[in-house]
Amino acid sequence: MEGNRHQARGNSAHHSHGDEKFIWKYVFSTDHKMIAKQYLFTGLFMALVGAFTAYLMRWQLAYPNTAAPGWGVVTADKFNMLVTMHGTIMVFFVGMPVLVAALSNFVIPLQIGARDMVFPRLNMLSYWVFVASVVCLLASFFVPAGASACGWTGYPPLSASQEYTGIFWGVVLWILALALEFASFTMGGINYLATFMCARAKGLTYSRVPLATWFLVGASLAFFFSVGPLIAGAIMLLLDNVAGTGFYLPQKGGEPLLWQHLFWFFGHPEVYVVFLPGLAAVLEIIPVFSRKPIFGYRTMVWSMAVALALSYVVWAHHMFISGMDPRLAMPFSITTILISVPFAIIIFCMLASLRGGSIRLATPMLWAVGFLVTFLIGGLTGIFLGSAASNIYFHGTYFVVAHFHYTFFPAVFFGGFAAIHFWFPKMFGRMYSERLGKIHFWLTFVFFNCTFWPIFQIGSGGMIRRIADPSQYRILDQFKTLNVFVTISAFILIAGQIVFVINFFWSIFRGPAAEANPFRANTLEWSAASPPPHGNFTAAPVVYRGPYEYSLPDRAEDFVPQNEPPLAQAEGTA
Amino acid sequence: MLKNLPQSVSTFSGDIDGILYFIYAIVGFFFVATEGYIVYSLVRYRRKDGVKARYETGETWREMRWIIGIVIVVTVLDFVIDSKGAGVWAKVKENFPEGDVRIKVVAQQFSWTFVYPGADGQFDTRDDLTVPRVLHVPIHSKIRLILTSKDVIHSFFLPEVRLKQDILPGRQINAWFEATRTGTFNLFCSELCGLGHTKMLGSLEVQEPADYERWLAETTKEQLE
Repeated sequence: MEGNRHQARGNSAHHSHGDEKFIWKYVFSTDHKMIAKQYLFTGLFMALVGAFTAYLMRWQLAYPNTAAPGWGVVTADKFNMLVTMHGTIMVFFVGMPVLVAALSNFVIPLQIGARDMVFPRLNMLSYWVFVASVVCLLASFFVPAGASACGWTGYPPLSASQEYTGIFWGVVLWILALALEFASFTMGGINYLATFMCARAKGLTYSRVPLATWFLVGASLAFFFSVGPLIAGAIMLLLDNVAGTGFYLPQKGGEPLLWQHLFWFFGHPEVYVVFLPGLAAVLEIIPVFSRKPIFGYRTMVWSMAVALALSYVVWAHHMFISGMDPRLAMPFSITTILISVPFAIIIFCMLASLRGGSIRLATPMLWAVGFLVTFLIGGLTGIFLGSAASNIYFHGTYFVVAHFHYTFFPAVFFGGFAAIHFWFPKMFGRMYSERLGKIHFWLTFVFFNCTFWPIFQIGSGGMIRRIADPSQYRILDQFKTLNVFVTISAFILIAGQIVFVINFFWSIFRGPAAEANPFRANTLEWSAASPPPHGNFTAAPVVYRGPYEYSLPDRAEDFVPQNEPPLAQAEGTA
Repeated sequence: MLKNLPQSVSTFSGDIDGILYFIYAIVGFFFVATEGYIVYSLVRYRRKDGVKARYETGETWREMRWIIGIVIVVTVLDFVIDSKGAGVWAKVKENFPEGDVRIKVVAQQFSWTFVYPGADGQFDTRDDLTVPRVLHVPIHSKIRLILTSKDVIHSFFLPEVRLKQDILPGRQINAWFEATRTGTFNLFCSELCGLGHTKMLGSLEVQEPADYERWLAETTKEQLE
């Protein structure tokens, strides 16, 4: 009842949308589906920028001090800038908008049977604040001295005073872009959470909410509870730069380690902010394409809750050798290694969901399995870094680079592409091309591994992160060929995305029309039309059962939509 | 994955490699088992006409027993890894032996300087010996390092020694090692410290005690002149 009241309020903000002008429908839209698309397109555009930075860095690492086609020689100052911007863009301007914002916006209201977000105007504001943040970040490339070159983690004193880098405006705009982004995602997150709590369809109890919605809400919760300290930290960093304070400058009585604590107190939960939505999509796809209930629904939700709780007490594992008291290493090593327990449960439950299934490897399922296969490597190699003793050697090497690309890339791109293909028919009302989808998957899967697997070897051989010129290091001469191999693989990986772009845009305009439920799935979004009209559902849906009732033994059909009335009741009303 | 580790030249580098190989064995097993199971499932349970999937929710303890079993194994292995690691960590980072040789390391954008206390054994006195770029140490001696930075955060990384320690400006941070092989080894700055980060290289020169004493005497003489 309460839910319906809020829904009505939410919807009153934008009555009859049919005869709207272009600007209200496509630009300043309050429709959650349009805002999801806006976030998606902005994020995909930023992915191109991020890929370009990767191209330049990989060129320099394979062919040091030669001119990269389309740019020129990547000098040390530019390399530091590229390293910084690549990390910032891929985490905050691709991972966050595509996974957190686009997915939450599109999936949560549809899966819970709501007509829209409960705060549609706040939702629009959140997107436009994000646009301002993107503008800030992109503008920083063009200010004097260029964009920030302090690393995406922005450790002071390097980032706290221009005397160390010669960069002022670039750093200020970098901090400002992050601040705007945090404001945007706080607004978005409040909206997802309020919608989740207040606008669920009748009968959709917490124990019937699809896992995708649970994990997306979990991601926003992880973000809220960790971002506060970093906002405070960012303000101090800004003041150090513009007002001459010395929060992080030891010569003025400050403490550089303070930033690292604040940054990683946010930074570790942030890993899950990006990871959980990728997982959310995969958890939704696996039961649909193996025609089997997800294994251990409640166990998954509780494991996520435990993992989130633990994610707030592991941050110092990024700081084992930072100069903090070495006696802190073991407690943080233990919490870090403990966090593998809830994730092990989630992963093994996913594997158990395949057992006894009837698996069809359509494009979304390929991406979901690709996520499992690659993320597993990221998770396992994390043990080397979570153990304080082995961290002494691996910290700051390319081993770390390989490790976090094996966690972020599966989450953002494998999870993201899984989600994009799975919800593509619902989002655009047309089907994507299976054939192009599969070509794109195999290109990405093969060349992702060719790019990042050798980096583990290069890292264990002693190559450190963020060096602009490996030819300066005798110890790295042995990796010359391998670095060229990695670079060529990375180029093919990037070029392979053209297949996706073709498939994506061709299918949006020319793909065959999609039916409402092309994958024969149970959750509520598939009971709406494809694409759903404004307001999503013709009649408020009522939910009668859990989301994963696939292949029930006593039914001919292998699925039962959540909103299908039970048999006895259907007969009674007929 | 670990076959490219640089040679091991200190008393604790073998311990750290031991932890690396121990973890490698454990995660290697889980890697093969899990990836193998995924491939097996995809083939074994592929869609076949007329075969319906098994209805199984995993909501009972009985259905969960396999997962609980594996997770208990994972938890136990986690603690084994940490307890083995704890000893090594303490050896490298907590229980510093009283050093035979004390050397102050000064990091700044973008160079390394090493200060030897001279004959009186005290720093900041007139007979301090200041040596750029190359850290000379005698073999089989416990070297106590006092790490300092003049500007930003640097990180002192001796890959062959398996020693890495960030250096914070405004603090003195201790580190130690004992070399077990003579020769010239690498010294990197492994924390992004600005424009010249890539070129902030040094080297470690491990010498026989006699050679080290001779070098020390010659350098002292040069600097006093």
